[in-house]
Amino acid sequence: MLLNRLRGPSLAVLTCALGALALSACATTGDAKPRTETASTASSSKDRTMAPGLDGWANADPYPSTYRGLPRENLALVGATVLTGAGQKIEGGVVIVTDGRIAAVGGADTPVPSGHKVVDARGRYVTPGVIDIHSHLGVYPSPGVMGMSDGNEATNPNTAQVWAEHSIWPQDPGFNTARAGGVTTLQILPGSANLFGGRGVTVRNVPSVTMQGMKFPNAPYGLKMACGENPSRVYGGRNTSPATGMGNVAGYRAAFIAARDYKAKWDKWRDDGQGTPPTRNLQLETLAGVLDGSILIQNHCYRADEMAVMLDVAKEFGYKVTTFHHAVEAYKIAPLLAREGVCAAMWTGWWGFKMEALDGIEENAALTDAPEGSCAVIHSDDAELTQRLNQEAAAALSAGRRAGMNISEEHAISWITLNAARSIGIDKETGSLEPGKRADVVIWSADPFSIYARADQVFIDGGLAFDRTNPAFQPVSDFELGQPGFGQSAAGVAQGAR
Amino acid sequence: MAQDVAITGGRVLTGTSVIENGTVVVRNGRVVSVGTGAAPAGLRTIDARGQVVTPGFVAVDSGLGGSEVGSVRGSNDLSNNANTLSAAFDLSYGLDPWSFTLPVARLGGVTRAVVTPQHAGSGGGHSHDDSDFAGAGHGGFQSPGLFAGQAAVIKLGGADILVKPRVAMVAPFGEAGKGVAGGARGAEFVLFKETLAEVRLYARNKAAYDRAALRDLSLSRADLEALIPVANGSMPLIVSVNRASDIQQVLRLAREEGVKVILDGAAEGWLVADEISAAKVPVLLHPITNLPGNFEMRAARMQNAAALNAAGVVIAIKGNEGSTHRARDIRYNAGNAVSHGLPFAAAIAAITVNPARIFGFDGQFGELKPGAAGDVVVWSGDPLEPLSQPSAVFIDGVEQPLEARNLLLRDRYRTGGEGAMPVAYPQ
Repeated sequence: MLLNRLRGPSLAVLTCALGALALSACATTGDAKPRTETASTASSSKDRTMAPGLDGWANADPYPSTYRGLPRENLALVGATVLTGAGQKIEGGVVIVTDGRIAAVGGADTPVPSGHKVVDARGRYVTPGVIDIHSHLGVYPSPGVMGMSDGNEATNPNTAQVWAEHSIWPQDPGFNTARAGGVTTLQILPGSANLFGGRGVTVRNVPSVTMQGMKFPNAPYGLKMACGENPSRVYGGRNTSPATGMGNVAGYRAAFIAARDYKAKWDKWRDDGQGTPPTRNLQLETLAGVLDGSILIQNHCYRADEMAVMLDVAKEFGYKVTTFHHAVEAYKIAPLLAREGVCAAMWTGWWGFKMEALDGIEENAALTDAPEGSCAVIHSDDAELTQRLNQEAAAALSAGRRAGMNISEEHAISWITLNAARSIGIDKETGSLEPGKRADVVIWSADPFSIYARADQVFIDGGLAFDRTNPAFQPVSDFELGQPGFGQSAAGVAQGAR
Repeated sequence: MAQDVAITGGRVLTGTSVIENGTVVVRNGRVVSVGTGAAPAGLRTIDARGQVVTPGFVAVDSGLGGSEVGSVRGSNDLSNNANTLSAAFDLSYGLDPWSFTLPVARLGGVTRAVVTPQHAGSGGGHSHDDSDFAGAGHGGFQSPGLFAGQAAVIKLGGADILVKPRVAMVAPFGEAGKGVAGGARGAEFVLFKETLAEVRLYARNKAAYDRAALRDLSLSRADLEALIPVANGSMPLIVSVNRASDIQQVLRLAREEGVKVILDGAAEGWLVADEISAAKVPVLLHPITNLPGNFEMRAARMQNAAALNAAGVVIAIKGNEGSTHRARDIRYNAGNAVSHGLPFAAAIAAITVNPARIFGFDGQFGELKPGAAGDVVVWSGDPLEPLSQPSAVFIDGVEQPLEARNLLLRDRYRTGGEGAMPVAYPQ
């Protein structure tokens, strides 16, 4: 449980509500009022038990994860150059995986427990699994045809009530190709047509018939917000608000005013039980989750000036921006972002396709990363790029070095691993090879900052999810079965995945 | 101005071969020798020991010089939306030597480009960031006709970048082409054949046409004129096509009509690689297209480049997103083709000598050999590796500054941008 993310009085309620078994924990949190028979015996004379679905706090996880993890063995990955994601580089390193978690990471003298299967990784590289915090896999799947484009509920500038997990098509072949590129965790987001696009969801990148089977257990939700050209163009084009940048900001403010009001009504009702319970409103409930800190803001925002305004909007209403996405101009306000403790996620190569992307530079990650306390992340937003985030990080590293900056590979790998985990609130669980964390591990054929490196094996929670040389570990989605070229290998080249 | 220079001691990838510890001599803007001899006395010498020397890369299916900001219509001259003019559209008039995209591409080693009209279905194939959401993003401006217009060859340096206009005609086939024709492949092929018949009728009867004594023709006079070299096989037709069966149909059409075609895309090409090879038809491809983005590329594979090359097809590797702002990515795309089975030498050829040959510039650029243009790039290491960077770039023997707008932005903000004086004041 990622309880460290939850804070504030109403969060205590949420924490209790998350698990019916958590009553003893609730008793220690003081102001918690669990929705059980015991509640009616408390200070209020009323039974505040409501009909199912009418109290969002009573069941904050109505579509719970059924993720089980793949079959796994205890492993010792031996002999590789290990980039831990937490800043270390270990030559001839040893990574011990026990019960799906990292048990130990160290040099060649690290003891291998008896019974652990030894994987010879000499001459290869080992990193944490790659985390892509900006993906539309499943919601904008391949094929991108009519009937399958479910990523933008572009019917109103505020659709905070929609959840990306209700659009995910798990058969998107892009999940498989991303995994072949080392991606073990994805945050799937709604699109950016709206000021509030809806909730994103974080998934384990394992094949599954259901979305629930992929859902990252207990990962916090993110709310997708969007600055800039996209919302104002979409709605301005319909002659409705927002049509401008100032219309965008008015829209954010109006929504959080309503959310503050909504949250106050629920807080009061939960506190005193007086009167009729408020009517549940999914849109305001998500925004209230932002205000109480349980839902993380994932804010599409290109320009430096717009990011600075969004930081002030957050202060005005008492919430925090966790991460700016497509932060093309993050380098212009790198010290500010570091002081505020906000992550900035970006591409390396994309620029110039529209005005707000004009000033995109390859050095963005290196410059944004430079101040103390920074959190630079490289993301994809694209089903092709997500397969090669290591290369996007390599191009960013190269640009930083071109500028004379001294940046190591063991540091730069954090842009697609540990910083990415931090930016979506799962860094206690994954993102680095450190004892206790989930064993999300990639064995690369070569230095992952080389264009020629391929992910040889990809482990998720210690289970082998992809093996480039073993077709038994190259999953194929339902959609791909029987399609043109199915089962054929091109040029006699071992196909890997697609 | 062109400087005479000798580049010595590097690993020279000529485009067709490798010379260790090689010497490349450029005089009067042209390569005069490539070998292992000593540098001629008195010449400026660049010591390239430990470095790699290549011809400048050639970006195909590019928008360089024709578009500044993808979504800003006024800055984009890559497509023409008038129904009255399609084949005759000549983008060479809109090319801008002062485009800020050119120095950025040069930093990726690109020195020449085949600038190609955008057409229905072009523009990279995916709409990241929803920029295409309202149809106004990159790739949102496309020619409406059966023909998108004519491509031009440019160099990425100097005040006159046009090398040759009207080097090829562009026509979308497959899902994009059928949309232009009315909705079905069967309509486009029939319409295409009928159009060629009209072009030939016009070509035989120009005098009657000018007297208004010829039956009505569906295209304008300008379009008919532009298509004569296509109909007689002297101008290649770039056909964007992906589905294997569409490729087969296009190969048959080319044979029947005597049209010289270049396949663009060919995502499912590996399924019919032998047929493409037998027809001696070259392919411009994007080797990292591996997802079934639509129903005409369900067999898309990372191994496409390797398979086509193995079958003997001449391939050129494209950059990303229309090879304008991201033309510099062609070296990465070539590298990814290598990691999926394409021999390294073939990957280098696919971004140098092959595109030059495909468009009729064999020996003129894209290759380090005597007589070729002095387009030379010195790299800190393997040019396909992101961690390598160019240390010198020459075009026609003129050394290019390793500067670009993005580097000016970098330098303005590299110390954090929070000094007492706003960064807008020159430091």
